[in-house]
Amino acid sequence: MTAKTSLQGAIAVTRLGLGARPGEIAAASADPKGWVLDQITPMGAPPYWPEMPSAATRFIQFAAARQERRTAAAAAAKTGQPAPDPVVQIRALIRQDAGVDFLRRIQFAAATDAGFQERWALFWSNHFTVSGLKPQAANLIGPFEQEAIRPHVFGKFEDMLVASSTHPAMLLYLDQAQSIGPNSRAAAFLARSGRKPGLNENLGREILELHTVGVEAGYSQADVTEFARALTGWSLAGPNMPDREGQFLFRPNAHEPGVRAVMGRRYADDGYFQGHRILHDLAVSPHTAHHLATKIARHFVSDTPPDSLVQTLKAAYLRSEGDLGEVARALVGAPETWDPSPVKFKTPYEFVVSSARIGGGFGARPERIGPVLASMGQRPFAAPSPKGWPDDAASWADGDDVFKRLSWSDSYARQVIAERDPMALADAALGPRLSPLAGRTIARAETRGEGLAILLMTPEFQRR
Amino acid sequence: MTATLLTRRRALASAFALGVSVEFLGRQALADPHSQSRKLVIIVCRGGQDGLSVSPPVGDAHYAALRGAIAIPGFEAANGALRLDDTFGLHPALQTVHALALKGEARIAPAVATPDRERSHFEAQDVLENGATSPYAISTGWLNRALQALGPRSGVTAIAVAPTAPLILKGAVESASWSPGGGAEPDHRLPAILQDLYAQDPLLGPALAQGLATQGMARAANAEVNQEMANANSSFSESAPQGLTNGPAAAGYLRRGLPEARKIGLTLAAFMTAPGGQQVAAISVDNFDTHANQGASAGQLAARLAYLDAVIAGLHEGLGAEWSRTLVITATEFGRTARVNGTGGTDHGTASTALIMGGALTRGGIVGDWPTLAPAALFENRDTRPTLDMRALFKAALRDHLGVDRRALEALVFPDSAAARPIEGLVA
Repeated sequence: MTAKTSLQGAIAVTRLGLGARPGEIAAASADPKGWVLDQITPMGAPPYWPEMPSAATRFIQFAAARQERRTAAAAAAKTGQPAPDPVVQIRALIRQDAGVDFLRRIQFAAATDAGFQERWALFWSNHFTVSGLKPQAANLIGPFEQEAIRPHVFGKFEDMLVASSTHPAMLLYLDQAQSIGPNSRAAAFLARSGRKPGLNENLGREILELHTVGVEAGYSQADVTEFARALTGWSLAGPNMPDREGQFLFRPNAHEPGVRAVMGRRYADDGYFQGHRILHDLAVSPHTAHHLATKIARHFVSDTPPDSLVQTLKAAYLRSEGDLGEVARALVGAPETWDPSPVKFKTPYEFVVSSARIGGGFGARPERIGPVLASMGQRPFAAPSPKGWPDDAASWADGDDVFKRLSWSDSYARQVIAERDPMALADAALGPRLSPLAGRTIARAETRGEGLAILLMTPEFQRR
Repeated sequence: MTATLLTRRRALASAFALGVSVEFLGRQALADPHSQSRKLVIIVCRGGQDGLSVSPPVGDAHYAALRGAIAIPGFEAANGALRLDDTFGLHPALQTVHALALKGEARIAPAVATPDRERSHFEAQDVLENGATSPYAISTGWLNRALQALGPRSGVTAIAVAPTAPLILKGAVESASWSPGGGAEPDHRLPAILQDLYAQDPLLGPALAQGLATQGMARAANAEVNQEMANANSSFSESAPQGLTNGPAAAGYLRRGLPEARKIGLTLAAFMTAPGGQQVAAISVDNFDTHANQGASAGQLAARLAYLDAVIAGLHEGLGAEWSRTLVITATEFGRTARVNGTGGTDHGTASTALIMGGALTRGGIVGDWPTLAPAALFENRDTRPTLDMRALFKAALRDHLGVDRRALEALVFPDSAAARPIEGLVA
């Protein structure tokens, strides 16, 4: 059974992919680089749930539910009945949608033949994090990833940046939708009725700090404010525009008039395009190239990646003007990527996905994986901040986390895959990456369930 | 025996307290009063139980030399073997079994084996449970096929003490299952195995140690909850051999102690004695894979045997008057090497001991022949030589105790077992 597997094939499938399904390492072993390269397609990563309602539809549903809730509350107030708890109702609605999206996504990840494509998409989805910790964004996370991220993961970074920065989910998550230029017509109008709307710097700041050039680029607070002014007017349509409700809308009335200066460049006021041109310059900046190259190298190779790899990726990015397909090819071509020692510790999501890939799914009650991930510290669609989930070992390998992994491995092994042959599964899961010590330990297990639980908990399966 | 006797009602109440669903208790059986009043419990001892420690042949001239430091001392020694006859004793941890033996309600089959000779846990357990001659021949369990042979009109039903039915009970006939604590029973050995595996891992080694320590503290905080149970069970906890808190891992990870073991036996008995309860049960006791430091009268293996003994004690106590119509058989996938190995343990072997217990048992000596441990008698110069096919034991139990039809026994339950003729006169 081991005859046709190679170390490089195992690395391709387990480090660059999401972990092996049975037979996958053998299939990748003939041409490990080709196995990855074939997944780099101009169409990007496919939607994990093609029938998912669009962000606009979800937005309209949410607004309608909120309206219903208001009507019900008003009716209850008239009759003196206690009103249904509005927060509970809305939360339930959001949780249901977001929960279904998440389950679809994780089951897709557990089953896809294109593991690299999916890992690459997950990386970018996390790079442009929208977190469900903000309730009104939660049911848009799924549509956001499918509409703004996945189509662009092997295209120009600029396209993804623009798609993300104009998507309703991001506009709501980072408070851009209600940002209004202090000297705009809308501000003057609102001031007459005694309201003081203002500038919100949140999206502008996070684009600079997290999405593009990074803090090391040395921009100032003035740059953040100027960028935020340029972005004013980037919003979404509400119920008063039924044919466009829930879609991106540029509101000229809310746009701050004037020339803007961001990181040493001046941008004339041409409405929407002022912000768009700043995004373009940010996307092709060497700072952005360095920031993204470092993050990719950290995600795929090591918490402390070799500088040579960062330089390789950065050069590919700059040479291609931010073509992420070219960056992915450079990653595959770099010798550092194929370092045989598994050093990246899997996040809980990566761990349970790789387990389900080798085990053939999450069992009879897949929805239970949500609480399991929460117990391991990675609550579905609930990254703690716009920075997204960390992917370094220090963040995920504390005692309680490892104990939770042990408990889950034990019950998954005994309840879902108890009848499988541990040695055959170990070989299929890790191929030549399985160490002799781990192999002996699994072979000596007393029961199949025990052997399978050990497999999932081996140092090499916990890493990639 | 000074243990507080739990009444059946209290045992049932404790089953409810454990979160046990009792929907299946409502089934009213009719039909054959013969089989219906008889009960059969199969205890699968997983890991390869060392028969030479379960029933040490201290009177065998070669025993002490082969076993060295792990030999169980003779009958006269303090903490020595509990005497059965001139040759055989029982391990000192098996006090309940010995008390039964003195009343003629427990016997040993000291050289029993499945047809499997591969010495692989997984394959040998499969053969033990599927009743075939090879691991992949049949995907259902022989106990399930026995229920099939009895037919629904017999009213005989089964229960497994496990989160899901073990192979021995898998098949066309549905059986109930009950798991102590409701969820999966965590594998006691995993933490220790992983600590060994993580010895050179700078990240996972310390993390697991810390996680287990935290769990241990949480468990200590809950310890008083278990105190009442321990008090009610003082006779067992006092006689418990050393070794229960063996190493840092064992302290933390939900390890079940003797009071819990006895409670499992009591609860199972409560199910089986309730109106319409199951006549057939399968239960697993794990952790018999003693490659290193297995100990002798005390130690690792002694602790596991004490656990097994406590399950049997709970079962015996809970079945009450029904014990007289009960047969309990322990079986393991293989025995262990006759010689002690270099690490104070034993490796995978061939024949082992089956314990046969119950009020339905005919009084008598050992079941099957004793091949002795003479050098020429050892199987492949290393293991106890099998003299009895395990299926002969099971077939006798099914035919003479449960009344399974002879032809169904050969054709359906144990195919290709004609050579393993049922033992005659095993049950009254």
